[in-house]
Amino acid sequence: MNSSSLVSISDLSKEEIMRLLAQARHFELNPNQKILDGKVVATLFFEPSTRTRLSFETAVNRLGGRVIGFSDASSTSTSKGETLKDTIKMVSNYVDLIVMRHFLEGASRYATEVTDVPVINAGDGANQHPSQTMLDLYSIYKTQGRLDNLTITLVGDLKYGRTVHSLIMAMRYFNPTFRFVACDELKMPEEYKEVCRQNGIKYTEHKEFSKEVIDTSDIIYMTRVQRERFADLMEYEKVKDLYTLHNAMLDGARDNLRILHPLPRVNEINPDVDDNPKAYYFQQAQNGLYARQALICRSLGIDIPQEPLSISNQK
Amino acid sequence: MSKQELAVAALRNGTVIDHIPPQALFQCVKILGIELLDKQLTIGNNLHSSKHGAKGIIKVADTFFPEAVLDRISIIAPDAVVNTIRDYEVVEKRRVELPDTVVGIVKCDNPKCITNHEPMRTKFAVIDRNAGLLRCHYCNHTVSSLKATLL
Ligand SMILES: [Zn+2]
Repeated sequence: MNSSSLVSISDLSKEEIMRLLAQARHFELNPNQKILDGKVVATLFFEPSTRTRLSFETAVNRLGGRVIGFSDASSTSTSKGETLKDTIKMVSNYVDLIVMRHFLEGASRYATEVTDVPVINAGDGANQHPSQTMLDLYSIYKTQGRLDNLTITLVGDLKYGRTVHSLIMAMRYFNPTFRFVACDELKMPEEYKEVCRQNGIKYTEHKEFSKEVIDTSDIIYMTRVQRERFADLMEYEKVKDLYTLHNAMLDGARDNLRILHPLPRVNEINPDVDDNPKAYYFQQAQNGLYARQALICRSLGIDIPQEPLSISNQK
Repeated sequence: MSKQELAVAALRNGTVIDHIPPQALFQCVKILGIELLDKQLTIGNNLHSSKHGAKGIIKVADTFFPEAVLDRISIIAPDAVVNTIRDYEVVEKRRVELPDTVVGIVKCDNPKCITNHEPMRTKFAVIDRNAGLLRCHYCNHTVSSLKATLL
């Protein structure tokens, strides 16, 4: 794999993560720059994801680059049976960077093996979505002023939620304390608890989304509990409201607490939380633009100034 | 010398593969490609093993197997021991060795893995040698080598 590609958040060192966050900060302060002049970026969305595609394309456009690509595989020769390898090789003739999303897991890793053009993974099935993790990290960094020694509570679908798994992998450098709040059906897989143990990360598991857990958290990361995940619908009906956040539950929370959610949400955050200053999920999505601008420049080998985060210029 | 050992030693030239898990025996036979071989062949299963309780064993006369074939055996029978016999003597006795990366041998059991949809070779990292756990280089799924489907 060429080292300027990004397939998984685990491909990044602690130093690289810190540098990318400082560069994201730079883009937040200067979002429009002509530094991608003459560069062409392909956005290959074999699976539609309007939210992620628009964020990447805006990131390129605001930096003065051009975008080609497709938003749905049915409009390409993939639907005529062309292999992924052939599509990637064809596109590689035209562009400086490939941003791709695919419904098959491992598709981006494979793409990096068949081209010399850098590839950014914008989601491969249930596997990896590193730009989401970078925006999560940037949101945590911005709202807390640091990444070290935070207490982070993950709530909802911890079994299938790739965002929470990637967040654990990324936070392993920063001595976090995790709380895993989930029902038995959706609890954190052994594999990720093993990652925590190997990295000396403290964690506790909870079935109840309790006041005690909420009041001692710096970050609460909510995820969607999807009906499809349950073999037994009765079970779903029983648990679906146990992991819903209501505004009243935040009465005793820390001042610095922020609520994150990768969006779209269904009913896991009641709309009455939206006006609480601790609700951060809408700004979180906006941070994706700056995080992606930093990732794009990393892959293109463009050197970007780093902007230190001072507490006074937070939020 | 006990009668059991005598049966093994009776081979003049050939290969004895010992300590095969009983459930992997017939797949090993398939991997070795010895079903249609016209050489003297002895296959035993559920024999007593001091190490593992029960084991399978394959003895083939006048046949020696290339490394690539033994690599495949190591996936489903990681404890297997290969004895090379020449002129009634065991001239070499060694355990098969599970390589660090397993390329093009095991199928990924994740139906959504790219390797099951593209004409490409699979690739796994061996993450736990004792438990026989492999991790797909592409989709990150963990596959148990003992239950793996071989390509
Ligand atoms: Zn796989």
